[in-house]
Amino acid sequence: MVVRTARDPAPAPAVPRRAGMSDRTRRGLAAWGFALPFLVLFVTFMAGPVLASLLMSLTDLRSADLRDPLAVNPVGLDNYTRLLRDEVFLQAAVNTLYFVVIGVPLTIVCALAVAVLLNKGVTRLRTFFRVGFYLPVVTSIVAVAVVWRFLLQPDTGPVNQLLRLAGIDGPHWLADPVWAMPALILMAAWRNMGYLMVVFLAGLQSIPRELYEAAEVDGAGPWARFREVTLPMLRPTLLFGTVITGIGYLQFFEEPLVMTRGGPLNRTLSVSYYIYNQFGFGNYSYAAAMGYVLFVAIVVLTVVQFRLLRPRT
Amino acid sequence: MTAAVSGARGKRRAQSRSAGGRAWVVHAALAIALVAAASPFAWMLSGSVKTDAEIRRVPPTWLPDQATLDNYRELFERLDFTRYFVNSLIVTGAVTLGNLVFCSMLGYALAKIDFPGRRALFALVLGTLMVPGAVTFVPLFVLVSNLGLVDSYLGMILPFLAGPFGVFLMRQYISGLPDEVIDAARIDGAGQIRIFLRIVAPLARPALATLGILTFLGTWNSFLWPLVVAQSEEKYTLPVALALYSIGQNQTRFGLLLAGAVVVVVPVLVVFVALQRFFVQGIATTGLK
Repeated sequence: MVVRTARDPAPAPAVPRRAGMSDRTRRGLAAWGFALPFLVLFVTFMAGPVLASLLMSLTDLRSADLRDPLAVNPVGLDNYTRLLRDEVFLQAAVNTLYFVVIGVPLTIVCALAVAVLLNKGVTRLRTFFRVGFYLPVVTSIVAVAVVWRFLLQPDTGPVNQLLRLAGIDGPHWLADPVWAMPALILMAAWRNMGYLMVVFLAGLQSIPRELYEAAEVDGAGPWARFREVTLPMLRPTLLFGTVITGIGYLQFFEEPLVMTRGGPLNRTLSVSYYIYNQFGFGNYSYAAAMGYVLFVAIVVLTVVQFRLLRPRT
Repeated sequence: MTAAVSGARGKRRAQSRSAGGRAWVVHAALAIALVAAASPFAWMLSGSVKTDAEIRRVPPTWLPDQATLDNYRELFERLDFTRYFVNSLIVTGAVTLGNLVFCSMLGYALAKIDFPGRRALFALVLGTLMVPGAVTFVPLFVLVSNLGLVDSYLGMILPFLAGPFGVFLMRQYISGLPDEVIDAARIDGAGQIRIFLRIVAPLARPALATLGILTFLGTWNSFLWPLVVAQSEEKYTLPVALALYSIGQNQTRFGLLLAGAVVVVVPVLVVFVALQRFFVQGIATTGLK
């Protein structure tokens, strides 16, 4: 209050400025001024490359052409038709799909189970549990991969030692064409569960208690309450979680790079990893085309999930 | 609101008392799950202080017979982990600072200034949230190499100095600040820059903290881009160095690699545990509104 009276004469200098320019123009200038640094970086390093990638995918650009841009020729959709005949790419696409189709539901179910348990009666230790389950999420994937490679060692690894106690002869996990992918999926579920758990917990807490009480009065047991109250009320949150996880899993890359190098027999080679390999070989335009295919796959998956899980109103 | 919350809490407490043993079952189930979730960290720590001979022993030991810091000594003395650590700090610090400044500036304009092009600009920011890294990756490398920034800090920093996620988060938070405060300042004759610095930035401190932590963690852990840009060992960040060692000639030296993992993970764990409440806020601001 005092400050305002002391500053009362201040608007005076603002008046002549306003006379030269309309209020609208000044607001626009200020806003675009605030936007400018972001926009410069954004156009250069994001919007530009998104367009350049599309153009690149329609040429035969290779790493050697960077010094001689005139040697680049337009080739139309050749890179895209080549993809359909590339058996390694098709294998990578199947692997990626496998990872998404098994990994997303597994992660969601685990996260939901823990969130429901946390929401039931656990009050004092909730922060403790939340931090514990969230730790894997904030951990570097490279560090995680190093640890899991150690855990999954066939002879000396703790996982197989544990299985031996139960009388099971564990597989060679990462060296086994059948078991390598399930091992990566398990690791991904472990790593990403915590994030979804926090999201689901927030969603669970926004469900009005009265609904449960009404269901209980109607004689609904715990399972019926979960199916008839929790699941429908949680639909928007579940949708968000599925979409985010799906987008992330479609791009999986670091896990196979550090743990299996895409092997054995290309069984853990993902699309992102194959893009990285082609980039390494200098096949820039081919890698760009694959990047766009992955982009389209992400958009399609997202739209499909929205259709399937849209909240019924 | 407060009354409703504490009412519900009281009811829940009464319920769990009447349910008797059920709370114990829930706690036990959660504790088992938590042990499963946390045990890889325990193995990482215990393995990092074991000798090469002990880490190969069958059956494996939970705790090391004689703990040794040899693995850590080797990381910092024979290998150049001090340098990688400093590199990670430089890149992460610069990217975090850039995002805080640039994203909050645009976030403020989008939230509180009515100007032509506002909706289109916001749509543009939202639209790029979904673009996968694999799409921009190749042209970005061509661009960076044309600018002569391969194998430089700038090459690792510039492409990530201002991301759409930060704009989204800041815009969401600043939209929720009361207009009256800003109008009052404007009536007092404050210009937009002064309003942003003196009024909006201090009020948006929780969102800035969230964005700062999320950017710090994401950049500290980022791997693909530094792997491509850093071509000489002097420019490796920690994850790049660890990944290359783990697939190179040291790939069977698990004690050494686990110690490397500890060095990558510990700064993040410290930041996370100290500031974990901001994560929950961040998820609530971006995910569910």
